Amino acid sequence: MKRLPTGGMLDRTKALSFFWNGQALTAYPGDTLASALLANGIAVVGPSVSLKRPRGVMSAGPEEAHAFAQIGEGGATEPLARATSVEVFDGLVARGLSTKGVVQDGVDPSRPDRRTGHCDVLVIGGGPTGLVAAATAAAAGARVILADQRADLGGALRGDVDLIDGDSAAAWILAIEAALEANPDVRILRRTTAAVALDQNGMMLVERRQSPRLWQVRARQIVLATGSLERPIVFQDNDRPGIMLAAAVRRYLHQFALVPERTVVFTTNDDGYRTAIDLVEAGQSVAAVIDPRPAPNGTLAERARALGITIIGGSAVAGTEADSRGLLTAVRVAPIGGGEARRIECDVLAVSGGFDPALDLHHQRRGGTAWDDGLAAFVPTEPAKGYHVAGAAAGSFGLADCLRAGQGAGRAAALAAGFSSAETPAPSAPDIPAQAPASVEQIPALDQDESRSFVDLHRDATVAGVNRAMGAGIRSVEHLKRYTLIGTGVEQGRTSKVNAGMLAARYQDGAIGTSSARPPVEPIAYSVLAGRARGDLFEPVRTTPIHPAHVAAGAVFENAGQWKRPRYYPGSGESMADAVNRECRAARLGAAMMDASTLGKIDVQGPDAAEFLERLYINKIANLKPGRARYSACCRLDGILFDDGVIMRLAEDRFFVTTSTSHAGPVMEWMEEWLQTEWPDLRVWLTSITEQWATIALVGPLARAVLAAAETDLDLAAAAFPFMTVRSGKVAGMAAQVARVSFSGELAFEVSVPGYHGDALWNALMAAGASHGIAPYGLEALSLLRAEKGFIIVGQDTDASTTPADAGLGWMMTKERDFIGKRSLRRQAMAAPGRPRLVGFLPADPGTVVPEGAQLVADPAQAKPMTMLGYVTSSFWSPTLGRSFGLAMVKGGQERQGQTLYAPLGSDSVPVTIVEPVFYDREGARRDG
Amino acid sequence: MLQIRCPWCGPREEQEFHYGGEAHVHCPGSDVDDAGWARFLFYRSNPAGAFAERWSHVAGCRRWFHVVRDTMTSEIRGSYLTTERPEDAR
Repeated sequence: MKRLPTGGMLDRTKALSFFWNGQALTAYPGDTLASALLANGIAVVGPSVSLKRPRGVMSAGPEEAHAFAQIGEGGATEPLARATSVEVFDGLVARGLSTKGVVQDGVDPSRPDRRTGHCDVLVIGGGPTGLVAAATAAAAGARVILADQRADLGGALRGDVDLIDGDSAAAWILAIEAALEANPDVRILRRTTAAVALDQNGMMLVERRQSPRLWQVRARQIVLATGSLERPIVFQDNDRPGIMLAAAVRRYLHQFALVPERTVVFTTNDDGYRTAIDLVEAGQSVAAVIDPRPAPNGTLAERARALGITIIGGSAVAGTEADSRGLLTAVRVAPIGGGEARRIECDVLAVSGGFDPALDLHHQRRGGTAWDDGLAAFVPTEPAKGYHVAGAAAGSFGLADCLRAGQGAGRAAALAAGFSSAETPAPSAPDIPAQAPASVEQIPALDQDESRSFVDLHRDATVAGVNRAMGAGIRSVEHLKRYTLIGTGVEQGRTSKVNAGMLAARYQDGAIGTSSARPPVEPIAYSVLAGRARGDLFEPVRTTPIHPAHVAAGAVFENAGQWKRPRYYPGSGESMADAVNRECRAARLGAAMMDASTLGKIDVQGPDAAEFLERLYINKIANLKPGRARYSACCRLDGILFDDGVIMRLAEDRFFVTTSTSHAGPVMEWMEEWLQTEWPDLRVWLTSITEQWATIALVGPLARAVLAAAETDLDLAAAAFPFMTVRSGKVAGMAAQVARVSFSGELAFEVSVPGYHGDALWNALMAAGASHGIAPYGLEALSLLRAEKGFIIVGQDTDASTTPADAGLGWMMTKERDFIGKRSLRRQAMAAPGRPRLVGFLPADPGTVVPEGAQLVADPAQAKPMTMLGYVTSSFWSPTLGRSFGLAMVKGGQERQGQTLYAPLGSDSVPVTIVEPVFYDREGARRDG
Repeated sequence: MLQIRCPWCGPREEQEFHYGGEAHVHCPGSDVDDAGWARFLFYRSNPAGAFAERWSHVAGCRRWFHVVRDTMTSEIRGSYLTTERPEDAR
């Protein structure tokens, strides 16, 4: 093809420079990459995927099955862009591909956005049907969003010469576009592909911009005016550069001022004649129109004949010839049913095998389709709920029909959305009666070699492949698709699957099937789906009010759900092990403190609060006196341990319930669920107060001295403020709630102050403890200290099959009354002997730390797969014990005390002795300091 | 993405809600035999069509309520309070 010196919808006042395979070329604003390549005489885009045949541009739209390019350079390039959809800009860098893109590791520098839209009527497709539908719905008062995948509205009108209301289609588009733009209730989304049809009339659309935008639109009604796609014809060597869809040739003529030297048109329907007519009227050479119909006599055929165009009826293109570069040089035309073939020279063969309504979104919503013999195409039957399919998408291919259908759909959609309007005449276009199209599944090869008759250019799949599949016994088109790969490319077989269905129908009494279309209609880059949710914005980050102090202290942080929690506080030159050992020693021998603000806290109030908690928790709550605290646990309905924590009774009708950090949300939801759905009669109110309180655990034999030094009006003596009690008072001048609870076994005070005082409390306690060598400690030390005491962490030492008894909490369960999960615990399996049970273990070598998750077996020499008795849940080296130790869940754990089990670790197996799961201060002598 | 009508807050996007499984599951009481308890605990109906199910507006008012949803089309026929019956869905 070559570019005419004038014409087209291009801005010729400025030239753009772009790079193709490293070569600098020029284009004009308005060019696509495909049109720019053709204008520069580049007919071959890349070799085909497996046969490596030269291939060029075959279409002018998103159905392109071959001309793919990698866009951009450096770390983040877009793989597998269609050259027909890429708009050329100054500095564009593109490389040709063999239909395989290259995914690179780089970070995509674009900053994709996500937007939400709501409208009464969403119109997909800005061709004649969609424009009229949008204008009609808007005129009725509906809020309208009109989306079109191309840069310019008009759809097929842009590639044709038509008259609407007696004026040129181009002028009509301008007028209706201006009217829509002027309406504040209409939003036009150009370069926007409706990719995924969602439930309840939701639609996910991708707007191609420098930084793409993902739209999530919910519409009352949706009009699918998605038009149709031209179907190629299958014949021998139908893949050569120069063979294009007939309407694409027209679009390259009208929109891009590109013309062939000499064209042959091969069409099964009247529309193909428009290509011949338009080329001749533009002064170009058309060698012939080949038409399989014996006597082409439609309006357009007669018009072509009147222009002196040669029409060869009852014939077909049965093969093509090419030069040394693979470019088309001639076609071989043979009569249908046999006869002498003749040779016609040409550089472009414009092919039209009919039109297929574009129904991807209709399919996604499980709308039905049926084969229409008259149109020789699949047309929609019943539209999905809330959908209106109109125009060429519904099989109305004539312009006049489309305009009427657009108006009908626009009015129907507006009415269904609650807007009615007066009947006005639809824009008019000349009705052009068409002769019925021929249905052609394939032109047989003259030499019977069907291995070069391509069905799917993208996948290099041929008629020979289809025949092989059917010969192997395949009947379903879905199986055919997977056997031959036809329709599995990124364009989802838009130009191949109907031909494949027709070929397969020869083997099954002519019943034509079609395979499903899946979302998205076009590939969506992961970066677009991710939007801004990358890096720091991937997930909300929660920090406690004390966080700045941890940062200042040089803490190493760990993610605990969304929380940032200090893992340990390395001193200068300290390793993690050094720091953790030092922090543990401070807690056991002096004073240490940690930020416990992330613990879940729920304020449970009301006259029935005690009754409510009794039903939820497995232990007695009602007999807890105000000012006292109790370690408690709860189960799910199936008897599996759900969470544990300390419940403090602040008053007769008020409880302060703590949960583990990770269960704060779930426990709150669970409480609401039972309260609202099962016991709405209970007078109880729940409030999450996790973030309202900052809590610091002050731990160690010197904790009392530190708290006293920080100044408090509370009597800290063990007799006045015993273990498992809670007091309100002042600490360092702040109103505080202080609880004597301990997760380490040492004397401990949990001091809670309003969140905004957290930082001040931290600094006050650090200052008060300075002379006692106080050390902040993190999650590592916390976990080690509690494991030495055999205190479990639900979710680490337990799993989704652990009952309270399995975790060693059987003593806690009340026998007196029912609680959530109790009935389940009476089931046979829940009390079966040999259930996994929490145990402690000591490795034979005190220096060996067995990794958490390691399996335990009785005989490490047994054949694989070994009989596994349990697994390690927590494992540490303890500076206090001077040796390694751990916790494990082991089948029949109680009966295995003193036994030696083995942890097989690769070629090694580590012997461990099973012991009681308490390693330190078994008598609990240290909790009072 | 569904749009669900919370009886208290009005129509909201699905991401504000948590799913709670089948509604109107009757708890048989703790004196039922193991088979009966297991049936209550582990068995739920799975109809093709209208299904009464529980939802919680966790990112809103935290209220539990019921929804009738068509499992074939995800079409929501309406919401109703936990004290009401499926035919009250609106």
